[in-house]
Amino acid sequence: MAALDAAAVHARLAGRFAGAVGALAGTRPDNACATIAPAALVEVARFCKTDPDLRFDCLSNLSGVDWPKREVIQVVYHLWSYPHRHGFVLKADAPRDNPVLPSLAAVWAHAEWQEREVFDLLGVRFEGHPDLRRILMPEDWPGHPLRKDFVEPEEYHGISTSRESLLKA
Amino acid sequence: MGLAGFEVEIQRDGAGGLATEDMTLSMGPQHPSTHGVLRFVVRADGEVMKEALPDIGYLHRSIEKIAEKVGWHGFMPYTDRVDYVAAMPCNQGWAMAAERLAGIEVPKRGEYCRVVASEFSRIHSHLLSVGSMAMDIGASTPFTHAIREREYINDLLEEVCGARLTFNYMRIGGVAWDLPPAWREKALAYVDRFEPLIDELDDLLSFNKIYVERLANVAPVTAEEAIDWNLVGPNLRGSGVQFDVRKDLPYSAYPDFDFEVPIGTGERGTVGDCYDRYIVRVREMRESCKIIRQALRNLPAGPVLAKVPRNFKPPAGDAYVRLESARGDMGWYVVSDGTSFPYRCKIRTGSFAAISLIPKMSRNLMIADLIAVIASLDLVAPEIDR
Amino acid sequence: MSLINTAPEMALTTKIDDLLNWTRKSSIWYMMFGLACCAIEMMQTGGPRADLDRFGMAPRATPRVSDLIIVSGTLTLKMALRTKVLYDQMPDPKYAVSMGSCANCGGLFQLAYSVCDGVDKVIPVDVYVPGCPPRPEALTEGLMKLQEKIQQERWLVRKDGAAEVA
Repeated sequence: MAALDAAAVHARLAGRFAGAVGALAGTRPDNACATIAPAALVEVARFCKTDPDLRFDCLSNLSGVDWPKREVIQVVYHLWSYPHRHGFVLKADAPRDNPVLPSLAAVWAHAEWQEREVFDLLGVRFEGHPDLRRILMPEDWPGHPLRKDFVEPEEYHGISTSRESLLKA
Repeated sequence: MGLAGFEVEIQRDGAGGLATEDMTLSMGPQHPSTHGVLRFVVRADGEVMKEALPDIGYLHRSIEKIAEKVGWHGFMPYTDRVDYVAAMPCNQGWAMAAERLAGIEVPKRGEYCRVVASEFSRIHSHLLSVGSMAMDIGASTPFTHAIREREYINDLLEEVCGARLTFNYMRIGGVAWDLPPAWREKALAYVDRFEPLIDELDDLLSFNKIYVERLANVAPVTAEEAIDWNLVGPNLRGSGVQFDVRKDLPYSAYPDFDFEVPIGTGERGTVGDCYDRYIVRVREMRESCKIIRQALRNLPAGPVLAKVPRNFKPPAGDAYVRLESARGDMGWYVVSDGTSFPYRCKIRTGSFAAISLIPKMSRNLMIADLIAVIASLDLVAPEIDR
Repeated sequence: MSLINTAPEMALTTKIDDLLNWTRKSSIWYMMFGLACCAIEMMQTGGPRADLDRFGMAPRATPRVSDLIIVSGTLTLKMALRTKVLYDQMPDPKYAVSMGSCANCGGLFQLAYSVCDGVDKVIPVDVYVPGCPPRPEALTEGLMKLQEKIQQERWLVRKDGAAEVA
């Protein structure tokens, strides 16, 4: 089982999907990444999983990061291959005012719940997701808490969300 | 004499039997189990389940957002609460992520202290897991044995760092305090005393006919399924996949130690059933004892904490650290923007993936088997909800 | 040492309230309402070393048969609504112990957006046990304070002047 280093993985992806794969970024094995165009994301993901040299059979992590200064919400996919024991990182940017990305739940089963969490906490809609609804917050919660401009509501169902300091006289 | 005027209408379906309906039960969020506030909406036809859908979020304490508010050093106590049953590896994950971003090297003695603390935490967690699994299945005595042993480990760890459960022992750059005098001897004496007790636990549980029949062949998970759903740790190894972050992506001082990684082989049933996941945990406790002995016998001298500025500002960038917590491969994805507050911290835990597999695993199982499945996956609510 | 034939036959006099309260405080059944880290310490308190069973306290699974709810752990807003439902399901007379900083006032999670800062926003609390998590000794002391509180309750003679039912 041959482990490929990040440059070799990137070369293989860029060779196959010329326009959709961005330049290799990152300085170490754990953060070597490439930004993928959202339209090609499902194709690239499927190739990563099924190609015999890459064989990224495990989606180790899926997280969303809010970048208001760049006006994107970035979703970061950490891939890992158990047969070859190598890893890579894919990133996809969604515009902040209408964040939509294709869902990878059909490629890796673990993506299903992780994408629900990114939807719940950051508001990114994943097209093609079998069951996109809130997972951690209550169903009737207003807003998406992990966004940088999130304002905490004053109260929830009659319970106020602040508490007077016990140190005041 | 007939019961005239007292007619009971019985609905019959075409085959002449009684018409039945599926029952929808809500199990939780309050329930007599140690796994925390989880809720399952179970659709059952009598005792056999069609599906058990998890409903989570009852312990979502917004730990990831708090990281952005309290700063790099200040987040360490919160990492204990991410998995309070095995808190030391969580401390280590955050410390390693910050160290990787800033390129800090931990002194050798600090690494050894981290390993000893993490392995004690692993035993701590597996004891609770095995004990509460026994209690959920119906055997209440092993739980008290486990709680009794945990008290001794609590005492040892309290001597080291002052706390019994939420340790806050590690710091960015090493550990907060060196091991106290005479602690090494106490810890070695305890490990010598503890190892035969694992055999006692085996005698009580692992070869007990009732226990084996409750667990063998229940909800087997194949290796491909386990990898696709991102099961990690004893859950993954129970399905036969030989992968342990301590051996395959070595970190800290683990390359110095000689230990084995037990995997499930389907010895009592199918590979990847509840029994395999259980027996992997019991065997891991023995391996942890080995590691602790080796670490304490070869403890190097020196400082335990590298010099890290109080106003810690790692360079901008991101890091993904994986380490082997008691519940498996825990992933810490940390983004820094160069300030003294983390930009984003995402914690990917083993229990989150494990609970997402339950709807699939629970088809056509009995409700009592659902309890065995939840216990064998070793779910804890704080890992799921963070 | 045997008591037989060593003392004359005697009667024991006490106030009925004291006797009732003594029996009630010596058999408080608490509902297992472990939410977070404090739940582990609550389990350790019920374990062999700091035994709660010697006080007559037994853990019960459902609120319908419990006298006491020990809220151990962080109360999120999602859970707070259910906590009220569970507390209402407990039969009177019932007591509530708030264990740990998170249940007392939100604890270190006051910065969180999803945490209810203290269980006393939802249910009335009798005893607050501070700690993060409180040691078994601390929880035991809190429960003993609850026992003192129960011992002082008056059932037959009340100072509020409630009228007798004719």
